[in-house]
Amino acid sequence: MSLIQVEDLSVRYGARTVLSRVSLRVEPSEIVTIVGPNGSGKTSLLRAIIGAIKPLQGRVVQASSLKIGYVPQKLHIDETLPITVSRFLKLPGGVTAADIDYALTQAGVPELEKAQLSQLSGGQFQRVLLARALIGKPDLLLLDEATQGLDQRGSASFYQQIETVRQNTGCAVLMISHELHVVMSASDRVICLNGHVCCEGTPAVVASAPEYRALFGTGTGGALALYRHEHDHGHDHADHCHDHTEATE
Amino acid sequence: MLDDFMVRAALAGVGVAFASAPLGCFVVWRRMAYFGDATAHAAILGVALSLAFSMSVFVGTMVVALLMALIVSVLSGRGYAMDTLLGVLAHSALAFGLVAVSFISGVRIDLMAYLFGDILAVSRGDLSVIWGGAALVVALIGWRWSALLTSTLNEDLAYASGINPKREQLVLTIALAITVAVAIKVVGVLLIAAMLIIPAAAARPLSRTPEGMAITAGLIGMLSAITGLRAAYVLDTPAGPSIVCVAAITFLATSILKGLGHQR
Repeated sequence: MSLIQVEDLSVRYGARTVLSRVSLRVEPSEIVTIVGPNGSGKTSLLRAIIGAIKPLQGRVVQASSLKIGYVPQKLHIDETLPITVSRFLKLPGGVTAADIDYALTQAGVPELEKAQLSQLSGGQFQRVLLARALIGKPDLLLLDEATQGLDQRGSASFYQQIETVRQNTGCAVLMISHELHVVMSASDRVICLNGHVCCEGTPAVVASAPEYRALFGTGTGGALALYRHEHDHGHDHADHCHDHTEATE
Repeated sequence: MLDDFMVRAALAGVGVAFASAPLGCFVVWRRMAYFGDATAHAAILGVALSLAFSMSVFVGTMVVALLMALIVSVLSGRGYAMDTLLGVLAHSALAFGLVAVSFISGVRIDLMAYLFGDILAVSRGDLSVIWGGAALVVALIGWRWSALLTSTLNEDLAYASGINPKREQLVLTIALAITVAVAIKVVGVLLIAAMLIIPAAAARPLSRTPEGMAITAGLIGMLSAITGLRAAYVLDTPAGPSIVCVAAITFLATSILKGLGHQR
């Protein structure tokens, strides 16, 4: 049975509909990536799945006793809040030292246990957020543009870590990514979103779908087109640059 | 022992410091300093209404402080910037409160006592209210501690862990209203925010964990209360402001200490 099943989900902010009749499923152990231009409702979809926003219609069905690990887009730690990595990981309660060790190792940063959260680099911080998501041994990881602010190398190694985690723990992954070239290598399935589901399938199928091309422009096809798109989407889709940031605040 | 007014004053100050410490940390972490100020200023309106309807001042201030905090929560994010909204509400409440007090005939009230506190006049009854309220605040925050911390770090992280950050915000709002109501006698409405923020800010450079910061803030607050009272007695200065002065000097000291630590 599916881990989560989104049925006919519509979300509206004020008079503006950001998601209309979106349906999708995530099966055990698969990596699903959601792509879409700014303002296409990617973050809203994820927030609806974790219950942070109430949908206008439709519903999200979770498998019974589903455990979700959530990695937020970014997390600003106020300088005034002193907190070590291990204390941060203990927050959910009932966490043992062995759990912390396990989660930090899975996330690839076992050495950070005693560090102050506010002193970490961007890459280290995202790993710690990943560790925090892994600490409850989730069946499903949700990542909202988890590599925002990381350089190419940093995000490539982050997504490699995600694949390693999937191999080691067998958890499914549902992630949003701006870095479309990552989609080609790391995902089993891609869902292209623009207020509604434009198209979905394996990365290759989506990349050649006309709906996808209409959104992201035509290139030479395949990974190169996806890759190129990343560098010009800011100009092509300037008119879409409104909802996304609002929705995440 | 409780017959001595200085002992009662010290116990009252320590009680307020006890409640302010954990709450003050959240006020600092969540950048709610103006929110605390607004709630405190609104309390003077509560004083006026309590006297007009001959209610307990504690209940009156708590109700008005709570209403104020709820109004701010509801109105925030509806067109006005938070600081504008708080500026309007806090000072309007203070002004209306002061005007309302002038209408009350018959009772002559010492307005200064409510603006700056009257810690030396704390009675046994006041003391039980202060400690009861302080214990309630600390129990409330202690009970919700992990959930509060998680929602302070990130709201979506809280939702994903099954915590409703709006409910946790309400917990803080209630704790703030109780603290304002118990602290009014000790430091007065104008300096309540100082008791919340200064000990927490002074504790920051000395702390590595949130719990450590709350405990250190509590110790600094209690020390400030006792030292400030002593100083007020020796130097013949107003008690409430003296307590805040000692806390401020402690803040300066820990900040310098931190600065020295960075240079090494």
